Amino acid sequence: MVENRPLLTIFSHIMLLFGVAVIALPIWIMFVAASHPEIRMTQVPLPMLPGGYFFENLDIALNRGMSGMDGNGVAYMMLNSLIMAMMIAVGKIAISLLSAFAIVYFRFPFRMFFFWMIFVTLMLPVEVRILPTYEVVANLGMLDSYWGLSIPLIASATATFMFRQVFLTIPDEMLEAARIDGAGPMRFFWDILIPMSRTNIAALFVILFIYGWNQYLWPLLITSEPGMYTVVMGIKQMLEAAEQVPQWNVIMMTALLAMLPPIFVVIFMQSLFVKGLTETEK
Amino acid sequence: MLKNVHFGPSVLPFLLVFPQIVVTLVFFIWPASQALYQSLLLEDAFGLKTEFVWFKNFEELIHDPLYWSSFEITVVFSFLVAFLSMSFALVLAIFADRVIKGSGAYRTLLIWPYAVAPVTAGALWVFMFNPTLGIISYALSALGYEWNHQLNGGEAMALVVMASAWKQVAYNFLFFLAGLQSIPKSLIEAAAIDGAGPLRRTFDIILPLLSPTTFFLLVINIVYAFFETFGVIHVVTAGGPAGATNILVYKVFNDGFVGLDLGGSAAQSVILMIIVIGLTVIQFKYVEKRVAY
Repeated sequence: MVENRPLLTIFSHIMLLFGVAVIALPIWIMFVAASHPEIRMTQVPLPMLPGGYFFENLDIALNRGMSGMDGNGVAYMMLNSLIMAMMIAVGKIAISLLSAFAIVYFRFPFRMFFFWMIFVTLMLPVEVRILPTYEVVANLGMLDSYWGLSIPLIASATATFMFRQVFLTIPDEMLEAARIDGAGPMRFFWDILIPMSRTNIAALFVILFIYGWNQYLWPLLITSEPGMYTVVMGIKQMLEAAEQVPQWNVIMMTALLAMLPPIFVVIFMQSLFVKGLTETEK
Repeated sequence: MLKNVHFGPSVLPFLLVFPQIVVTLVFFIWPASQALYQSLLLEDAFGLKTEFVWFKNFEELIHDPLYWSSFEITVVFSFLVAFLSMSFALVLAIFADRVIKGSGAYRTLLIWPYAVAPVTAGALWVFMFNPTLGIISYALSALGYEWNHQLNGGEAMALVVMASAWKQVAYNFLFFLAGLQSIPKSLIEAAAIDGAGPLRRTFDIILPLLSPTTFFLLVINIVYAFFETFGVIHVVTAGGPAGATNILVYKVFNDGFVGLDLGGSAAQSVILMIIVIGLTVIQFKYVEKRVAY
């Protein structure tokens, strides 16, 4: 701080608290709605303070679901989301590490061609090529499968770029020393490159986990079997059903469940999260 | 970009890039080229006959007032989202940069909406503004304003803008705060010695020095509003009422999967791809400059 202005400092805190309140309001309302019985959710005005029905709603959402959902709770949807998010995050990191290693540490024909080919994927988000990608996945028989959910989202230029950047900062002496000690390329990769980029891998994992967990359009297209639904899709299904029976308590509980894992990741791995976010955008 | 010290030629590098290249070819390059090809075809409603029609699908789009209105809606929507979330985040970041005590706590409290999926964000806002039950629409009606985004296009637009901007504030806040903290303190101290008050310093020193971050975030936010808000739109308005929130990405989905107009949908995809490529090029050109800064 440049100068001491107590009034301005107090004003700053007030503004920040106001900002936090605006940001937190939707979450608070969701939490309150998730803690009241269904009957209370039909009386206007809706409550602003939490009720005592939280765990009952949790049980309904996880194990039974809404009426009209054939008694399927969202527990298995959470599991599907987890599997999809993990497959996307781990898969992206694995293939990007390998290709970045090849591009930085090897001289081989078509090297720049491959590099540009990967670069192009940066420009084609799934939203703009949904129909033909859907056809490819359908032809490969990957509809309604974890492979179909994750593999088309796995290729990404951002992760490859980030690892390329990281590898370029690793001193050449590392490779020279490894070579003198008789290490081959894969040995060098496993024992030196991977340990040296451990924090970058972790940071990227945090970002990719959130990205994978929150996927919506793609799972919506390629899953038709309720057993493959993800929890984010589940919310939409419930909202559609809500037009007949508004069970907002269960819907809001599901929304809460859907956002908990990524929020935990952001809050408890905050420094990794910030690092991942700022570095993938470079 | 290649290391000075590197491994000699062998099969290994090909094996290493193989997985990524296969995925890229099968799920990116091939579908994108299919989209290009399909955009030149006309298929009848039953999928029995296809005809190569050159640029007829594009011509039809250009003459389609619905497409232009969707284009307009997308532009308005993305600028509103970018403006709202960036200005809110900037103000908060300037204050958070000022306070010493508790700035870490504020950061934690402000960044977590980033983790909320667009669909979930949409569900929260649609619940708060539900015309019969919602808390905020109830408060509005107590103030004498009848909110109904299911009927009023302007209100529907306002709602999707708020839901999308709310989620994006966290991201903008982080980048603005990082930008603010990288401004040399000596500049601000020098201005203070010259008698510039906090407001003057903010407008004459901090904001100009922050312009690279601002421009970078503007591009990112427009990309976000163009492509990643599908979930918000799908849950909150489904493009309605009467197409008032039918943004381009939603229209591609709707025409392709619901309307089954494959050629038209592919042509729209191609136009979107050109837009993304343009935005990516701007972003990359700019990133080079940012490094110099």
